[in-house]
Amino acid sequence: MHELSLTQSLVEIAVDHARREKAQAILSITMEIGSLSGAIPEAVEFAFDVCTRGTLAEGARLEIRRIPGRGRCLECGEETGMDFTTFTCPHCGSFALETFQGKEMRLVELEVD
Amino acid sequence: MCIECGCGITPHDHDHSHSTRTIQLEEDILAKNNRYAAANREHFQQNGAFVLNLVSSPGSGKTTLLERTLRDLTERLQFAVLEGDQQTSNDADRIAATGVPVRQINTGAGCHLDAHMIGHGIETFDLPATDILMIENVGNLVCPAPFDLGEDHKVVVLSVTEGEDKPLKYPQMFQAASLMLVNKIDLLPYLQFDLEQCKGFARQVNPGIEILELSCQTGEGMAAWYDWLQRSVENKRDAAI
Ligand SMILES: Nc1nc2c(ncn2[C@@H]2O[C@H](COP(=O)(O)OP(=O)(O)O)[C@@H](O)[C@H]2O)c(=O)[nH]1
Ligand SMILES: [Mg+2]
Ligand SMILES: [Zn+2]
Repeated sequence: MHELSLTQSLVEIAVDHARREKAQAILSITMEIGSLSGAIPEAVEFAFDVCTRGTLAEGARLEIRRIPGRGRCLECGEETGMDFTTFTCPHCGSFALETFQGKEMRLVELEVD
Repeated sequence: MCIECGCGITPHDHDHSHSTRTIQLEEDILAKNNRYAAANREHFQQNGAFVLNLVSSPGSGKTTLLERTLRDLTERLQFAVLEGDQQTSNDADRIAATGVPVRQINTGAGCHLDAHMIGHGIETFDLPATDILMIENVGNLVCPAPFDLGEDHKVVVLSVTEGEDKPLKYPQMFQAASLMLVNKIDLLPYLQFDLEQCKGFARQVNPGIEILELSCQTGEGMAAWYDWLQRSVENKRDAAI
């Protein structure tokens, strides 16, 4: 359940931005969670209510955009979908896969009042 | 409600706007931890301390590994130890018995150490006199993986009683580690554990991972681990000059 501390960080970052904007409330928070980030969206949703209580983000809506994993083969150059069990290139069988998408855990949008 | 004045009900005349607006951002959730980690790393570098972050599931033998290593290498290398656990100071007490400086960090409900805890944890250590700082993370093959502490390497300990498929089940941790220690090999005769298959799985998720087999109980294989430590400390010292 490291999602609890990740969610705490998410809320802290959001509140910092809202303060800088002199906002009085955060209405919604949009974040991206990559499928290779190790964070489980449902666990973040679960932690969100607890972490926002008593903050500017209390009552805010949380929107999570799930980002699928993508990788590129360093041998043949082909792109492929990646999950935690993708270890070889489906095109040429090489182990040299480089992940370029799916590890993100980012706050991308805030709606404030 | 307005945080500046508590408005919302009563009319008021100071000017701040109440207007809904959208802010576009690109903020990494781990950025704060990563900033602390970078500061720790810089601090370790300046003091020439080599730092390992030991991760495993509970009971793989991290504390036993430390006890034996500290006792065997006390003449050759200066150690300091940070012990992470949710509760109790049992592990720190075991380490203290070896005479090495140790601090316990209790994470309470927390399932991992973070870089901020490490920054405070090392405050009382004499880092310039320390060759190796060992950090025993909370026993858990999932949560500590994404948290950089400022260490040189994550070392994952896997004991042969856990099954050979753990690298496939917890790939993020085995990808994050530079070295895998397969522990409790004294038990191999009593188990159906396929050592070669386990090593194959680990290399499948992380082709660059180094692997050593040992028993903290009998001492078999410990010499190679000690060589690895000695070499790493020297490399770090050379790089610092
Ligand atoms: N047979 C055997 N038992 C070991 C070995 N290393 C550790 N143990 C035992 O495994 C148990 C858990 O060890 P501990 O160091 O507390 O694990 P930790 O939770 O990873 O810190 C203890 O009972 C140890 O004595 C080993 O190499 N062989
Ligand atoms: Mg322990
Ligand atoms: Zn390929």
